[in-house]
Amino acid sequence: MVRRIETIGNEVIFSFEGQPVTARAGDSVAAALTAVGISHLRDSVVSGAARGVYCMMGACFDCLVEVNGVPNRQACMTEVRHGLDVRRQSGGVEVRS
Amino acid sequence: MTIRPRAADTLVIGGGLVGAAVGWGLASRGETVTVLDEGDQALRASCGNFGLVWVQSKGDGMHDYARWTRSSADIWPEFSERLKEDTGISTGYHKPGGMHLCLSEQDLEKTRALCNRMHNVNGAQGYGSEILDRKQVADMLPGIGPDVVGGSFGRHDGHASPLKLLMGLHAGIKARGSHYVSGAAVDKIERDGGGYSVTTAKGVYRAGKLVLAAGHGNSAFGPLVGLDIPLRPEKGQILVTERVAPFLSMPTHVVRQTEEGSILIGDSHEDTGFSTLSTTPIMSQIASRAARFFPLLKNLRVVRSWGAVRVLSPDGYPIYQQSETHPGVFSVNCHSGVTLAGAHAMLLAPMISAGQLAPEFEAFSARRFHGQTH
Repeated sequence: MVRRIETIGNEVIFSFEGQPVTARAGDSVAAALTAVGISHLRDSVVSGAARGVYCMMGACFDCLVEVNGVPNRQACMTEVRHGLDVRRQSGGVEVRS
Repeated sequence: MTIRPRAADTLVIGGGLVGAAVGWGLASRGETVTVLDEGDQALRASCGNFGLVWVQSKGDGMHDYARWTRSSADIWPEFSERLKEDTGISTGYHKPGGMHLCLSEQDLEKTRALCNRMHNVNGAQGYGSEILDRKQVADMLPGIGPDVVGGSFGRHDGHASPLKLLMGLHAGIKARGSHYVSGAAVDKIERDGGGYSVTTAKGVYRAGKLVLAAGHGNSAFGPLVGLDIPLRPEKGQILVTERVAPFLSMPTHVVRQTEEGSILIGDSHEDTGFSTLSTTPIMSQIASRAARFFPLLKNLRVVRSWGAVRVLSPDGYPIYQQSETHPGVFSVNCHSGVTLAGAHAMLLAPMISAGQLAPEFEAFSARRFHGQTH
């Protein structure tokens, strides 16, 4: 079980899959979701298996989510902002022209 | 105390795609093989490879090379299957054919001329590429941009994952009871009775036969065993995008989609010595050209890039040669380590195992650069 070791920073509210999530200013999206117990961020493009936070430092590209309509954003490299709309990704992202 | 493998039938210097394919091929025929790999400081062309199994443009000007390439593509399905049986590792090989895309009428005419020249190479089997107009290309690859005027489709072309292939070959060598040794940079090569001993950073290894498959390293090792192997470096850069749902049904000569959904974009041909640096001007040229082929690539983020150094002979064709002064010593160099992996494992290894390259391999000897007649 993950718990916050400090609670400084102002409250920031964003949404994940349409549900409000309370974070702290300075959190990454990955940290904020982890802190409230959300670990399933997308499904593997290849196998469909659930994927989530792994390296937490921008290297592994496992924590990809859709942020404000833009797919394949790294949750661990995206800072929370009030009102961010974060969505889980299912399967491969369709590339559109 | 280090336990060293016992004397092997064959030592292979170089654990990249060439050395590993020959090594696994020999091990599959019951030889004990020790593959000596330099380690992580090596240039590792095998790890920078684009991953095409490509026939349609190979061997213009050297029909032996065209036929050899075609043989490799023909045997790739069986090769990949056997490697999977040995190791459980899939190379990700697919053979949907491949497309060379043209952005100008001039390029299309050049490609048509190449296609015509190559048609006679494989006799009744045909060379297997055909010129398509813009509409025919668009039917097969719906994402092409307005600048694409046509292309050539090669039905023997395909692609695989170079990294999985390399991992599979290393695992296959082990599965066949042979050895892959990392960190074994070679210091000395000497005659040892009827065979050879090789002194490395990991100790001394002995075998009856010796295969040089060290890429650019072969130029330095050659003179130790009576061979002169002239090579030149050429840099190629590759960009990799985020993973997306499949939209490319086949590889093209500069854009392909991997099994995992990433788009690989190449390629450059740069004379920058042994540098493997990624450089912004070239990356931006590669990206903008790819966007002319497939405009929807503009919407994708590039997540990785790298440079790698090709191993090219003066004429760009491979070098296969056995030493006249040192019996049982063979040298192998090529730049198409993925395309030719099938041939190296299944066709070349048996010749090396028998101690004799086929007579038609004289065409691939480095003697062609030395003005000697044979």
